[in-house]
Amino acid sequence: MERLRRTMMFVPGNNPAMIKDAGIYGADSIMFDLEDSVSLAEKDAARMLVFEALKNVDYGNSELVVRINGLDTDMGKADIYAMVKAGVEVIRLPKTETPDDVVETEKIIAEAEKFFGIENGRTHMMAAIESAEGVLNAPAIAKASDRLIGIALGAEDYVTNMKTHRYPDGAELSFARNMILHGARAAGIAAFDTVYSDVDNTEGFNHEVEIIHELGFDGKSVINPRQIPLVNAIYAPSEKEIRNAKAVLNAIEEAHKKGSGVISLHGKMVDKPVVARAERTMALAKASHLVDKEGNIYVE
Amino acid sequence: MLNKVNREIPDEILKDKNYKPFETTEIGDPETTYVAHKVKVSQGNDKLVDSIPDVIAKVGLKDGMTISFHHHFREGDFVFNMVMQEIIDEGFKDLTLAPSSLTNVMNDMVIKAIKAGTVTHITSSGMRGSLGDFISHGGLKDPVVLRSHGNRARSIENGDIKIDVAFLGVPNSDAVGNANAIKGDAVFGSMGYSLMDAKYADKVVLLTDTIMPYPNTPASVKQTQVDYVVKVSKVGDPEKIGSGATRFTKDPKELKIAKTVNQVITHSPYFKNGFSFQTGSGGAALAVSRYLRESMIDKNIKASFALGGITKPTVDLLEEGLVNKILDVQDFDKGAAASMANNENQQEIDSSWYADPYNKGAAVNQLGVCILSALEIDTKFNVNVMTGSDGVLRGAIGGHQDAANAKLTIISAPLVRGRIATVVPDVTTVVTPGDSIDVLVTEVGIAINPRRKDLIEALKDVPGVPVYTIEELQKRAEAIVGKPEKLEFTDRPVALIEYRDGSLIDTVYQVKD
Amino acid sequence: MEIKHTALAGTLESSDVQITLSEGKGISIDLDSQVEKQFGKQIKKVVTDLLAKYDISDVKVHVVDKGALDCTIKARLIAAIQRATDTQNEQNWGVLG
Repeated sequence: MERLRRTMMFVPGNNPAMIKDAGIYGADSIMFDLEDSVSLAEKDAARMLVFEALKNVDYGNSELVVRINGLDTDMGKADIYAMVKAGVEVIRLPKTETPDDVVETEKIIAEAEKFFGIENGRTHMMAAIESAEGVLNAPAIAKASDRLIGIALGAEDYVTNMKTHRYPDGAELSFARNMILHGARAAGIAAFDTVYSDVDNTEGFNHEVEIIHELGFDGKSVINPRQIPLVNAIYAPSEKEIRNAKAVLNAIEEAHKKGSGVISLHGKMVDKPVVARAERTMALAKASHLVDKEGNIYVE
Repeated sequence: MLNKVNREIPDEILKDKNYKPFETTEIGDPETTYVAHKVKVSQGNDKLVDSIPDVIAKVGLKDGMTISFHHHFREGDFVFNMVMQEIIDEGFKDLTLAPSSLTNVMNDMVIKAIKAGTVTHITSSGMRGSLGDFISHGGLKDPVVLRSHGNRARSIENGDIKIDVAFLGVPNSDAVGNANAIKGDAVFGSMGYSLMDAKYADKVVLLTDTIMPYPNTPASVKQTQVDYVVKVSKVGDPEKIGSGATRFTKDPKELKIAKTVNQVITHSPYFKNGFSFQTGSGGAALAVSRYLRESMIDKNIKASFALGGITKPTVDLLEEGLVNKILDVQDFDKGAAASMANNENQQEIDSSWYADPYNKGAAVNQLGVCILSALEIDTKFNVNVMTGSDGVLRGAIGGHQDAANAKLTIISAPLVRGRIATVVPDVTTVVTPGDSIDVLVTEVGIAINPRRKDLIEALKDVPGVPVYTIEELQKRAEAIVGKPEKLEFTDRPVALIEYRDGSLIDTVYQVKD
Repeated sequence: MEIKHTALAGTLESSDVQITLSEGKGISIDLDSQVEKQFGKQIKKVVTDLLAKYDISDVKVHVVDKGALDCTIKARLIAAIQRATDTQNEQNWGVLG
C-alpha cells in the first residue's frame, strides 16, 4: 500500500525551535530545508543541525525529506553526503530542469551510500520542478530514476520564469500542474503541489487545495502547521465514499473466503483500479480519524 | 512530617505557626466563625482627603499593622507604589502586607519596603520576577504565606488575615465612597478580590482620580464600608491594566493543545445543555473559547454560566446567547471590563462567592468544566504553578486550587518548554493536589487520572486524541530534554503554600546558588 | 586539531545555543544558560566529549544557551569547530558517525 502524502511541511533548516517541534503536527511528510530558507552564511550550520535532528529527534511516522542545495553550488554534494549518512528517507532536488539533473544527483547519492557502507538504493529522491524547461521535461524527469518517489511543483520561481505571478484562481499554474501530474502518474510516482504563502488566508488556501485535490495531486506543500488540518479536511473521504470502499473490501474478503478469484459487488465485477481506490479511501479515512482501527465509522 | 501529598513539612512550622498538614481535598461541613471588624462611625460628610500622607495620619496607621491592596490594575497599577512609598518614607516598621496578589509593577517597591524594615511579613496569591527572586534568595526573614483567592477570602473571614487598613484603588468614586470599576479611565470591570477587603478591613481607604456626583451607582464598594476617599492624579495606566484587543494565538502548538482540550470537553459526559466552564486567560485558553464556541453551535448546546477571570471571547459567547450568565471575579481585558457596564448577565462576584471553601457554598462548587495551566505536573497529577524548575518563586496560586474543584478539571500544558519538562516525576512545589486533577492535555496526547475510570472510558476513542498514562508522557518528555540535575535548596523556608482550607501543602526553601 | 581563529555558530533564539570558539591554552568553558542549574553539567559534558572526539585540547569555549537540546548543542559546536578550523565542507565522518 502506497503511503499517504497529503501534506509535506516545510521546516527551515537553521531553526532549532521549529525543527524540534516539527513532529507534533501530524504532517505526512516533513521537509527540512537547507536551500532557500537558509542564508548563504549559515548553510554549513543548518546542514549539521538537520543532520543531528534526523539522528536524534523522534518524528513518529512522518516521512522525512531534506531539500538540499543544488549541485551547481559547492554545498550540494556536502548536503547529500551528510543527509545520506544521517539516514534521511528522501532527498529533494531543487530547481530540476532536465532528467540529467536527477541522474547526476542519483550518482552522488549512490556514491555516498557506497562510501558509508549503506545499502544501495535506500535513499529515495524527489525532484522539484520550478521552471518552464522543467515543466516541459516533467514526464522525462519523473522517469529518470527508480529512486524517485515523486515530483513537485515549485510555483514561486516558476511564475517568475513565466513572467507572471500568483493569482487566486490558479490559471497561471494550470498547465504546469497538469504536466507535473501527468508526468508523475505516467511514472507511477507521487505529485505534490506548491506552497501557499499567505498563511492567514484560510479561504484562499482551501480554494487552492480543492483545485489540486480535484486534479488528483497526492498532496500539498505547507509552510505552517496550521495548514495541515485544512488539507486533511479536504482530502478526507465522505461517509458515502467510505461505505462504498468498505463494501468493495468486504467483497474481496468474501471472494477470498470462497476461494474465488473473481470479485463481484452488486452483481458487477470489481476490477483492480476499484480495489486500489477503495484501499486508498480507507487509508484516508483512517488518517482523517473518520474510522477506528477496525474500519468502523465513528458515530458522532 | 510527610503530608498526604508526600511533602516534608517541618514540625516547627506546624507548631510555631499552628498549621495542620494537608490531608484531603474534601472540605466536608465544618463549623467556622467569622470575625467582625471595627467600625468608626461617620456621618459621611468629611471623608474626602487631599493627600496620601493625610489619609495615613487619619487612619492611624501604626507599626505592626496589616495593610492590604488589590491587584486588579495588574501591570498598570499606580496606587500600590504611591501608597507604599509614603509609608516607607514615614518610617513605619514591621507591617504585614496582605494584597490579593503582587504584580511585577509592585516588585521594586516591595523589595524597598522589606529592606527598609517597613514590611516584615507578606501573604499573597503569588509573586514573580525580581521579587520572587529576592524572596527565593532569602530576602525576607519570615516565610511568605501563599494562598489561593478562595483561601484568602476564607482567611479574611475567619481572622487569619486581619486587615487593619485596606488601600483600594478605584477608577471612580463619589465623595462618600460609592465606587465601581466600570467607568472612568482606568476601568478594570469586576472588583471581585477587593470586595473582601472593603467588607472586612477595619479601615477602608479608596483612592481614585475621578470623583463622581453623589450617589455614584451602580456601587460595587458602598459608602457604608468606606472611611476615606483620596483624590490622586492617576490610579493606573489603562494600557497596562489588561491586554488590549484580544488576539487569538497563532502558535500552532498552543492551537493544537486548545483543540484537544475542546475535544476532551465535548467528548466528556459534562458537555450538555446547561453545562458551565472556566477557561482562564492566556493564548491557549482563548483558543479553547473559540473551539468551544464552534462545538456549542454545532451541537446546539448552551452553557448556564462561565466563571472566574473573564475575557472578551467569553463575553462574546454571552452576547451570542451561547452562555446564559457570567460570574465575574476579574476581567483580563478591556473588552470584558467594558462589557460589565452593559451586560446585566455579567454578574460581579467577590472572591468568597467565587471560590471560598468555608462559606455556605461557592460558585466553584457548581462548576462543570475547568481549564487550568501548569508550570509542572507530576506523575501523581500534582500541579505546580508557583516555582520554576530552578526552584525560584515565579507564579501565583490564583484560583487554581479552588477551580480544580470542578467536575472535570483539565490541565493544558505543553510536554516541554524549551529544555524544561512540564511533565515530571515530582513537581518542585505542590500547589494543587493530583486528587483534584482529571485530565492532562499536551500537544502529543492526553493522560487521564486513573481515579477517573469513567473518563478513561469516555475518552478512550476520541478521533485523533491518543491517550497515554502520565508516566508515559513523563518518560517522553525526559527523552526529549534529558534528565535534569536535582535542585539544591538550603533548609530555610522562604514560602509556605497553603491549601485552600488553610492546611499546609508544601514549603518552598531558599535556593542554593 | 587546532583552532585557527575565533568563530561562532548558532543564534540567541529560543531553543538555540550560540557557541564561540577562540584560541586558548587547555580547554576552558564559559557557560551562560537559563537552565544551568538543571543541565549545566550535561551541556559541558556534550561540549567536552565532542572536543575530545575532534582531538581539540586548546580552546576557549563561550556557550550562550537558550534552552537548546543536546542534539542542537552538538550541531552548533560542530559548525563552530568547522568554522574555526576552516573545514566547513569537509565533514569528519569518523566523528559524526
